[in-house]
Amino acid sequence: MRWQIDQFTGRFGKYCRRMLSYLTALLISVLHLIPFYILINLALKTRQDTSSKWLPPDYLYLNNFTDVWTQSHLGTALLNDLIITTCTVALVVFVGVLAAYPLARYPTRWNNAVYTLSISTLIVPALTVLVPLYKLIVDLRGISTYWAMVLVLTTFFLPTVIFLYTGFIRTIPRELDEAALIDGCNRYEIFFRIVFPLLKPVTASVIIIIMLGVWNDYRFSLFLLQKRSVQTVPLVLSQFFSQFQNNLPLAAAGSLLSMIPMALLYLFLQKYFVSGLAEGAVKG
Amino acid sequence: MCRSQYQELNMDIIQSSETNLRETRTTNRLKKFFDSPASLNLMYLPALLLFAVFIYYPITQGIKISFTNWNGYSAHYSFVGLEKYRYMFNDMRSYKVIVNTLIYGLGSTLFQNILGLAYAMLLNSKLKGQGIVRTIVYFPVIVAPIIMGYVWYFIFQYNGGALNDIMIALGKEPVDWLGNGPRAVWLITFANTFQYMGVAMVVYLAGLQAIPKEYLEAADVDGASGFYKFFHITLPLLMPAITVSIVLNIIEGLKLFDVIISMTNGGPGYASHSLSTMMSDLFFAGQDAGFAAALGNLMFVIISLFGITSLKFLRRKEVDL
Repeated sequence: MRWQIDQFTGRFGKYCRRMLSYLTALLISVLHLIPFYILINLALKTRQDTSSKWLPPDYLYLNNFTDVWTQSHLGTALLNDLIITTCTVALVVFVGVLAAYPLARYPTRWNNAVYTLSISTLIVPALTVLVPLYKLIVDLRGISTYWAMVLVLTTFFLPTVIFLYTGFIRTIPRELDEAALIDGCNRYEIFFRIVFPLLKPVTASVIIIIMLGVWNDYRFSLFLLQKRSVQTVPLVLSQFFSQFQNNLPLAAAGSLLSMIPMALLYLFLQKYFVSGLAEGAVKG
Repeated sequence: MCRSQYQELNMDIIQSSETNLRETRTTNRLKKFFDSPASLNLMYLPALLLFAVFIYYPITQGIKISFTNWNGYSAHYSFVGLEKYRYMFNDMRSYKVIVNTLIYGLGSTLFQNILGLAYAMLLNSKLKGQGIVRTIVYFPVIVAPIIMGYVWYFIFQYNGGALNDIMIALGKEPVDWLGNGPRAVWLITFANTFQYMGVAMVVYLAGLQAIPKEYLEAADVDGASGFYKFFHITLPLLMPAITVSIVLNIIEGLKLFDVIISMTNGGPGYASHSLSTMMSDLFFAGQDAGFAAALGNLMFVIISLFGITSLKFLRRKEVDL
C-alpha cells in the first residue's frame, strides 16, 4: 500500500515538474520575442500614431519600408556588404586553412610558438590599435576602399579561423598522410587532395561564423568606410538613425529590413549556425 | 631527370662547370627543402604577414603615438613623454570608464553564463519543442549588435518607449531609463546579455549532452539529491565548456562597443562610456590621438590580464573524463 502511494505521488510530482518545465520554456520564448514584437509594431505604424507600442496597428501601412529603402540607399549598402563579406570570407578561409595545416601537423617548438602568437591575437581587441591602424590605412590610401576593409577584417578574423581549423585537423589521423606519402604524393598534394576535402564540415561552420561577424561589423566600417558609396548596412542605418531620431517608425522599418538576409539564412541553415560554434567550444 | 641533364652539360662545357655545379647544388637543396616537412611552414607566411602589417606593427606604433601630442590628422607633432599617461590617470573620467568596462565585461559574463546554463539544463530535459525555444533564444546572435541596440533604445527611450507605455498604463510617471548613468550601464549590460546568452546556452547544451548518462544514473541508484548531482557531477564535468564560454564572454564583453553607441552613445555625459567608445570619442571628436592611444594601450593590458588569468584559473579546475 505504502509503495503504491509513493508511486502515485512520484508520478504526480513528475507530471507537475514536467508541466512547470513547459511553462518556463513558454515564458522564456515569449520574453525573448518581446523586443522583436515591439520592433514590428513600431515599423508598421505611422509617425503620427502615438498609441502604445504593445498594441499592433489596426490599419495596414507599409510606407516606412519603402521610404527607408529609397532614402537610405539600402540597396547599395546591401551590395557593399555582399562584396566585402564574400571577399573576406574567401580570403580568410584560404589563408587560415593554409596556416592551420603545418601548425596542426608539425608541432615543432618553432611552430608551436607561431601558433601561440597567432591565437594570442584573439585577445587583441581591434579598437586598442584603432589609432595606429587608422593612421596606417590613411598612409596606405585605403580609407573608403574595399581592399583595405577586406584585409583588415581578414586579419582580425584570422585567429578564430586558425584556431578552429587546427583543432579540426588534429583530429584527422596522421596515418592518412603517411599512407599518401608512401603512395608517392608530395606534401602539398597530401594537403590539397587528401586533407582539404575532409575539412568540408568545419569549413561550413567557419564560413557561417565569419560571415556573421563581417556582415554585422560596425566598428571597422565606422572608421574605414567614410564615403557613402562604399558603406555597409549597419553603418548606413546608424547614420540614418541619428539623422531621423524623431522618426522612429522609419528607423524601426530599416532595422527590420536589415535583419532579413541573415534571418533567412539562419532559419534554413540553423544546424551550421549553432553546431559549429558549440563543437568548436567543447572540443577546442 | 633534370639532374642528369645538368650532369651531361657539365661534362660538355668544362669552362663553366664551376657555376653549373653550384646551380645543381642549389636545385638539389631546393628539392630537398620542398620534400621536407619544414617547407610546409611556408604555408603560414601569408597569415603571419597579415598579422605583422595590421596587428603587430600598429601595436608598436600605438606605443609610439601614446608618447606624442599628435591630434590625429596633422603632419606635425612632438614627443611629450609620459604626459598623456599622467593626464589619463589624473582624469576622473578614466576611472569611471574603467569601472564601466569591467561591469560590461564581468557583468555580462556572469549573467550570460548563469542564464545560459539554466536555459541549457531546462532544454536538456527532453522537452517537446525545445528546438523552437533554442531557435528563439539564439536568434539575436545573428542580428548586428548596433541594430539590436536600437531595438532596446525603442523600448527604453523616454518619449514613447515601450517600457514607459507600461508605466503610463499603470498610472505612474514615465522614467528616463537611459538618462541615469549607472542605470544606463546596467541596461546596456542587460542588452548585451540578452543578445549573446544564446551562445552560452548552446555551448552548455553541447557540454551537457556530452556527459555520460551512466554517471547520473549511478548517482540516482545511490540516492543522490538533484542538488548534489548538479554540484558534484554535472558542474565538474561541464568545466571545459564553462572555461570556453567564460573566457570568450570576458574578452567580448570588455570590448563592448556597438551596443553602447546605439543605446546611449556614451551618455549622459561620459557616464556609460567603455574604454573602446571613449577611445574612439577622444580620437575622432576630441582630436587627441595621443590620449586615445594611451587609453588603447591601457585597454590592451587590462583585457590581456583578464583573458589570460581567467583561462589559467579555469584550466586548473578542469576534470579529465
